[in-house]
Amino acid sequence: MRYAMAIDTKKCVGCGDCVVACQTENNVPHGYCRDWIVENVTGTYPNVEIELRSERCNHCDNSPCVRCCPTGASHIVEGGIVMVTPEECIGCGACIQSCPYDARYSHPEGYVDKCTFCKHRVDNGQLPACVEVCPTKCLYFGDLDDPNSDVSKALQNRKWKVLAPEAGTKPQLYFLT
Amino acid sequence: MKEELFVSGRDIPNIDPYLNIWHWQIPLYLYLGGLAAGILFFAGYFTIMRKEKDMEATVKWAPFLVPFALVLGLFALFLDLKHKLYFWQLYTTVRFTSPMSWGAWTLMLITPISFIWVATYMKELFPKWDWKFEFLNKAEAYAIKNRKGIAWIMMMLAVILGVYTGILLSAFNARPLWNTSILGPLFLVSGLSTGLAASMWMSKSKYERKVLSRLDLIMIGIELFLIIHLFMGFLSASEVQIEAAALFLGGEFTVVFWVFVIILGLIFPAVLEILELRGFHIPVWIPALLILIGGLVFRFVMVEAGQITRFLY
Ligand code: SF4
Ligand code: SF4
Repeated sequence: MRYAMAIDTKKCVGCGDCVVACQTENNVPHGYCRDWIVENVTGTYPNVEIELRSERCNHCDNSPCVRCCPTGASHIVEGGIVMVTPEECIGCGACIQSCPYDARYSHPEGYVDKCTFCKHRVDNGQLPACVEVCPTKCLYFGDLDDPNSDVSKALQNRKWKVLAPEAGTKPQLYFLT
Repeated sequence: MKEELFVSGRDIPNIDPYLNIWHWQIPLYLYLGGLAAGILFFAGYFTIMRKEKDMEATVKWAPFLVPFALVLGLFALFLDLKHKLYFWQLYTTVRFTSPMSWGAWTLMLITPISFIWVATYMKELFPKWDWKFEFLNKAEAYAIKNRKGIAWIMMMLAVILGVYTGILLSAFNARPLWNTSILGPLFLVSGLSTGLAASMWMSKSKYERKVLSRLDLIMIGIELFLIIHLFMGFLSASEVQIEAAALFLGGEFTVVFWVFVIILGLIFPAVLEILELRGFHIPVWIPALLILIGGLVFRFVMVEAGQITRFLY
């Protein structure tokens, strides 16, 4: 099993609902976020192109954050989800340094926090909160190993890219372009 | 011209707009680790070479700084931890892929050894010193008898510690400035050089100072050589590393780096040491202090600058 997410940058309108849904669902402290929107404008006026991306932890296959954690607080669970155990985390910040996507932050309580793909919901057969609320339905989540999952189907007929593949982390967020 | 505008709605403290999660604690910790490694390495080396008599400050007195340096360094590391009450989790497991874990365990071994080393010279420093308990006296006698063995272990651990202070940074692929394997040897050599400077400063013997400053000149030479290689590597690497090097070649760290690290921290003290060896009289504390400060500034610059560098996407 390999959980992954596909994000349709052509459908996303940048409303930020995914951000708010995540903050609510996961009790993210005020001023912090586990997912965020990036607005990437390229070209010269008037010929500009915009790409909207809903970003979060990439749950990398080759995750440097797990490798560099001195206590094992950062670890990988079934389906490739990268998790942090607060009671094992000493807050050394190594994993924050190691993430090419700056997907982690230091929770005001001291431990490091980040996207969990809403594991608590997924385990109950629900979708991650961000996927659930997206009004344009531009987020797809599921098991890559299952050809009938939402994410596999979304990737089938579209061009996609991953962010900073040269960082070598094998990220698992696929941006449909 | 093609322009690119990148807007992120995110504003997380210490991470946006650029990463700054490690403040003064980590560079200080790396510096003190390197300094301790330098002092212990040469204390061990000259013991093994049976030069205790000629190299008294290096073998006997400078190591007295080490327990303080290591404890202070560990304390700085502790201050850096954000989830402090859980720090003991570091010592519940050994993680071979994590430099932090390596460092924590190396320090766990080398700190007590430095205490033992210093304890065996306590009586020479304070002739009236008494260990009070019989078993401590026995332990001391045993340690003194096995000094050479301790010296070997100490040297090995010192090398691991010195290299580790660089690897802690170089293991982070996500920070292009750090992601070069030269950082391990570079920080080791820089640590050895600061260790020599400390011993030199404490030494009263002319002969000893001469030996130490010769060694130090070699270290400075190697350090400059490695720094040149560092930049050669960056400039011929990918865009992110070229940009990392640009921070030092015209960017915001240019002045501190070239003035405080390269000129005042390496070249000028080297010139002073050469003049001294040629017979000019130069107070030993001047080059020693410059080297010690240069090493400290170097750690600070590398840690600060490295956190600014990142992958572009
Ligand atoms: S995106 Fe960052 S935090 Fe998430 S798995 Fe990859 S390296 Fe780790
Ligand atoms: S901050 Fe926590 S999760 Fe991150 S590397 Fe350190 S101990 Fe591991």
